[in-house]
Amino acid sequence: MTASHTALDPAAPGAAGAGPAAPSGRGGTRLPAPGKVLGYAVLVVAAAGLLLPFFWMVSSSLKTANGVFAIPVTWFPESPQWANYVEIWRISDMLLWLKNTVFLSVVVTVLQLLTGSFAAYGFAKARFPGRNLLFLVYIGTIAVPWQAYMIPQFIMMSEVGLTNTPWAVIALQAFSAFGVFLMRQYYLTIPDELCEAARVDGLSEYGIYFRIMLPLSVPALASLALLTFVTTWNDYLGPLIYLRDPDLWTIQLGLKSFVSEYNAEHALIMTGSVLSVVPIAVVFLLGQKYFVQGVATSGLKG
Amino acid sequence: MSTTTVGGPRSTGADRTKRWYRARRSLQGASFVLPNFLGFGLLTLGPVVALFYISFTNWNVFGKAKWIGLDNFTRLLGDASFHRALLNTLYYSAFHIPLTLVTSLGLALLLNRKLRGVAFFRTAAFFPYVTSIVAIAIAWNLLFSRDAGPINQILGLFGVDDPPGWTASSTWAMPAVIIVGVWREMGYYMLLFLAGLQTVPPELHEAARIDGANAWARFRNVTLPCLRPTTFFVTVMLTIGSFKVFDLILVMTNGGPGQSTLVLSQYIYQKGLVENRFGYASAISVVLFALCMLVTVVQFVINRRRNA
Repeated sequence: MTASHTALDPAAPGAAGAGPAAPSGRGGTRLPAPGKVLGYAVLVVAAAGLLLPFFWMVSSSLKTANGVFAIPVTWFPESPQWANYVEIWRISDMLLWLKNTVFLSVVVTVLQLLTGSFAAYGFAKARFPGRNLLFLVYIGTIAVPWQAYMIPQFIMMSEVGLTNTPWAVIALQAFSAFGVFLMRQYYLTIPDELCEAARVDGLSEYGIYFRIMLPLSVPALASLALLTFVTTWNDYLGPLIYLRDPDLWTIQLGLKSFVSEYNAEHALIMTGSVLSVVPIAVVFLLGQKYFVQGVATSGLKG
Repeated sequence: MSTTTVGGPRSTGADRTKRWYRARRSLQGASFVLPNFLGFGLLTLGPVVALFYISFTNWNVFGKAKWIGLDNFTRLLGDASFHRALLNTLYYSAFHIPLTLVTSLGLALLLNRKLRGVAFFRTAAFFPYVTSIVAIAIAWNLLFSRDAGPINQILGLFGVDDPPGWTASSTWAMPAVIIVGVWREMGYYMLLFLAGLQTVPPELHEAARIDGANAWARFRNVTLPCLRPTTFFVTVMLTIGSFKVFDLILVMTNGGPGQSTLVLSQYIYQKGLVENRFGYASAISVVLFALCMLVTVVQFVINRRRNA
C-alpha cells in the first residue's frame, strides 16, 4: 500500500482502527477524561447537526402533506404513511428518471476509468517530449470553473447536433482532467523499478499497463469509479442544459420538476428526495473506504 | 531516466537503432495520453480558448458571430445586474471560505483523536457531500420555511421572537445558502485535513509538550505549520468552488428574492443559455475565469513567499 493510504488507516472505517493498524506510539493524543467527555459532546452535537436534515427528510417522507409543517415539529410520525412510497411511482416518472440516471452514470464512469487511467499511466511512467507541459495544461484546467466555458461547449454541441441527447452529457464528463490527475497520483507511488524490470523482460508499454499497472491500481480505480459515479448521478447543471426532452430527464431534473408541479405535497416531495438519495447512500456506504482514499489522494501533492 | 540503458545489450551500440528505439517509446508513451487528450482537447481546452474569442463578438443563436471588440466588456461596466452578481459572489465567498475552513479543520482535529465511534462520525460528516444538491436544497428549503419550518421553531425554543424569513427574505436568503453550502462541503475538506494531520510527526508534539507548551501553543506552532500544504490546497479549492457556486442557489432560491442571491455563474447561465446571448455571456465568463485565475495566482505567490 502507498503512503497516502496507510496514512489514513488509523482512522479507517469500522473495526479496522482497533486492529494492528492503530499505532500505539501516538498515545500522546489520548485525551484526559474531562477532555474526552467534552470531545464526545462536541462530536455528538456536530453529528446531529450534520444528519438532522436527512433524518427530517426521511421522517417527513412518512407524513401527510400537512404533517410536514406541524407545530411543534414531529420527529417520529405517529402513523407512518408508507403509501407515499407507492404513490410516488404512480404519479411521477421516477422509474424512467432512475433508468436514465443509471445509464449516464455507468457510461461516464466506464469511459473515465478507461481513458483516465490510460492517460495517467502515460503521464506517470512513460516518457515523451512535451509530457510535463501537457500535464500542466490538464492541471490548469482543473482550476477553471466549468461555468466559465459552458457557453462555447454548448455552441459546439449544438453545431454537431448533440444537444438533447444523453451523449452530450456523457461527452462532457467522460474526459475529466481530475480523473487523470487522481490516477497519476496513484501511479507515482508505484516504484519505477517495477516498470523497468518489466521492460527488461521484454514487455511492451501496453503490456506493462494492462498486466502490471491496471491490476495494481484497483483501489485507485475503485476510488475514481465511486467519485465519478456519484458526481454524475448528482449532477444537475449538465442535464439541465442538455436534456430538455422529459424522456431524457435524470432523477435530479425529474425531482426538480416534481417540486414545481406538486409544490404543496411536501411529504411526497420528501419521498422523492429520499428515493433520489438512497442509491447514492448505498453506493457510498459500500465503497466508503475508497471514497476516503480517493479524496485523500487528490489532496496530496505529487 | 534510464531509457538509454535498456536498449543497450541487443542494439550493440548502434546509434540508429537506439534512436529508433527511443522514438518508438516516446510515441508509445504519447499514445497513452492520446485517447483522453482528444476528448479533453475538444471538449475542455477548445471551449476555454474559444471563450475569449466569443467574448469579443455579438453572437445569438440564429445569427453569425460578429466581432464587436470590447463592447461586451464596456457594457458590463454599466450593467447593474452584473455588479449585483459579482458582489453576491464575493459575499458568498467571503463567508463560505473561512467558515468552511474553520469548521472542517475543527472537525478534523476532533476526529484525529482516539475516540470511539470516530468512523461513524466521519461518515456522518462526509455524507452531505455525496448526496445530490437538488435533494438537500429541497429539504433545507422546507426546514427554513418562515412560519412552521423546524429551524424557526427551534429558534423559537431559544427565545427568538422574530425569526428570520430565510429564503423568503432578501436579507436572509444569502446566509441561508451559505449555511447549507458550509454544511454540505465541510465533510469533504475535513477528509483532506485528516489526511494532512496524519503527516504531522508525533515527535514534534511530544517535544513541544516536554517544553511545556499548552494545547493552543502546540496547535499554533506545530500542527498549523505542518498543515500548511494542506491548508493551501484546501483554500485554493474552496475559493474556486465558491466562485462557481450555482446549483445550490439555482435550486434553493433561483437567485432571489429579487436579485439577492444572484451569482456570476447563474448570470452566465441566464444570459447565455436562457436568453441565448452567447457573446455577452462569454464576456461574463471571462470575468469569472479571470477572477479565479487571479486569486489562485495570488495564493500561489503568497504560499511560495511563506515557504521561502
